[in-house]
Amino acid sequence: MNESTAPTIAQKSNQERKQIRRERLRLIAKDKTFLVGAIILGFWLLLAIFGNLIAPHAAGDQDFQFVSKSPSLKFLFGTDANGRDVFSRVILGTRLIVVMAFSATVLGTVLGTSLGLATGYFKGKFDMITMRLIEAISAIPVLIIALLAIAALEGRSPTLTVIVIGFVFTPNIGRTVRAAVLGESELEYVAAARLRTERTRHILFREILPNVLPPIIVEFTVRLGYAIFAIATLSFLGAGVEYGSPNWGSQIAENWGNIYSNVWWPTAFPALAIASLAVSVNLISDSLLEIFEL
Amino acid sequence: MQPWLFLFCNCLLSTSLTTLVRDMKRFILQRLGLSVITVFLVCIIVFFLTHILPGDVARQYLGRGATEDDLINFRRLFDLDKPLLTQLFSWINNLIHLDLGQSMQYRGPVSELLGPAIGYSAKLAAVAFFLIVPISIAGGVIAAMNRGNKIDRAITVGGLSAAVIPEFVWAIILVLVFGVTFQVFPVSAFPGRGQYSIFDQIWHLVLPSISLLLVLFGYIARITRAGVIEALDSDYMRTAVLKGLSRRKAVIKHVLRNALLPTIAVIASQVPYLIGGLIAVEIVFNYPGFGTILKGAVDARDYSVLQAGVVVSSLVIVSFQLIADVLFALLNPRIRQKISE
Repeated sequence: MNESTAPTIAQKSNQERKQIRRERLRLIAKDKTFLVGAIILGFWLLLAIFGNLIAPHAAGDQDFQFVSKSPSLKFLFGTDANGRDVFSRVILGTRLIVVMAFSATVLGTVLGTSLGLATGYFKGKFDMITMRLIEAISAIPVLIIALLAIAALEGRSPTLTVIVIGFVFTPNIGRTVRAAVLGESELEYVAAARLRTERTRHILFREILPNVLPPIIVEFTVRLGYAIFAIATLSFLGAGVEYGSPNWGSQIAENWGNIYSNVWWPTAFPALAIASLAVSVNLISDSLLEIFEL
Repeated sequence: MQPWLFLFCNCLLSTSLTTLVRDMKRFILQRLGLSVITVFLVCIIVFFLTHILPGDVARQYLGRGATEDDLINFRRLFDLDKPLLTQLFSWINNLIHLDLGQSMQYRGPVSELLGPAIGYSAKLAAVAFFLIVPISIAGGVIAAMNRGNKIDRAITVGGLSAAVIPEFVWAIILVLVFGVTFQVFPVSAFPGRGQYSIFDQIWHLVLPSISLLLVLFGYIARITRAGVIEALDSDYMRTAVLKGLSRRKAVIKHVLRNALLPTIAVIASQVPYLIGGLIAVEIVFNYPGFGTILKGAVDARDYSVLQAGVVVSSLVIVSFQLIADVLFALLNPRIRQKISE
């Protein structure tokens, strides 16, 4: 390539990229799958923020006159075996899982992106060793490694669970980002930045990172769905959250034994809550996946 | 002839047999070496996860009420008073000699605890596997044949939405609907100890398998769909149609075998999720498998069982990955070529 045309090509591709970005945003706003997902997720986010104002009872309120009562006008979702209002507990359980899932995913994405940028850009021995380690961690089921770490840390605290899940997600996200970075670092603009003797930090975060954002965004939404999956399962298994807290997974763990005597409501409503939250995130990631053509 | 068998014979005949065998041997050895490294690293990670993280194993296990003497005795019993590296080496050395250690909770060999449990879980996984693979592949093929229309959307979006709902939620919904309300299936996966026919045992495992199916269907179907679409658009498919093969025959003869390649890889990649999913499903269906033992070990903080459990599960995962890699290479001429280069 001849030198005088290089800057114009770079400029053009920059403009093109911007146009692609605008086009994608337009597509996202029009996509039905995305909208349905966003509306359901928005509903849960509102409940997570304003839940205490909406819930008719406090999470621990017990009324022993109403034990395992089926849904009625007084108790919309019925009451559980401890005489607590299931409706209120489902609403109040939203905040914990939403905050936990988001923080764990953010942590995993930040760590994974850094790892992916570093391994994809520097390559060499560092990359090789990291990839072997990532392979090893991927050979342990996420749920089992999380259970082990939580057991070892004597953890029933949500913060700990968030950290563990964030770390467990890091290799997966790292691998995705690494693949994207490997592709990008072959391109001209990176070579150009190197020729301009830009600092590595500048090349990594200013040049490469913006261009690998689409796979990172998609990976974030996919992992968010899986964080909800993992946190719900861990709290169902009695690890990760304080016992008796109004957490959907724990609510199911406490009450599902009663479904055999047809007391289905204290189990079914939190189960539906988990399902709809997880599905809403999945609809969003599904639609992004299609639009970004990954 | 079965498509895969046909393909297998084809690839055996296509290159000279001896070079293929030689290259495959090298490839398998190379992959085997990597797998061994992976399992070795897993052992190290697991060991340090339990020993380096803040918190004392003896204190964790015995609880706050333990006296200093209890702690010392316990540490001596499980070699916890030795230097960390000595512990690591003797643990790995024992693992190599198939000694999984002593359970802290039951004070017996871990293998006696895990062995039968893994047997049960293998049964469940096998039933699930025979349900998951054909149904998911069929779903993917149907979606691809209906590309872009409502059936396709229903299968892909529905399948992946089902996949993000945790197994235990599915399991409980299934028990509620088919076990309690309609009473079609038993609510427990275990008919009880004693003489039960194979059919009885499988019948009890159908509902738990369906909860695993619901979680894994989406991923496998999506990959099969992508493979089938790629094959449908290919030149050889056009040739097949032009030479007068019916669409149905062409799909079975040409498309399926090409589409199955990526499917093999994705099925192997789902094994970790299958094993993770077993824990919750076994607990809901009251099934004395690997997951139930692991959950018991978490509750009792029985680290020897936990560590052994993680190593065993990663061994299973790595083996499946290895088998899938080899199958993939054997069936795919392009990869085969790469190997021999």
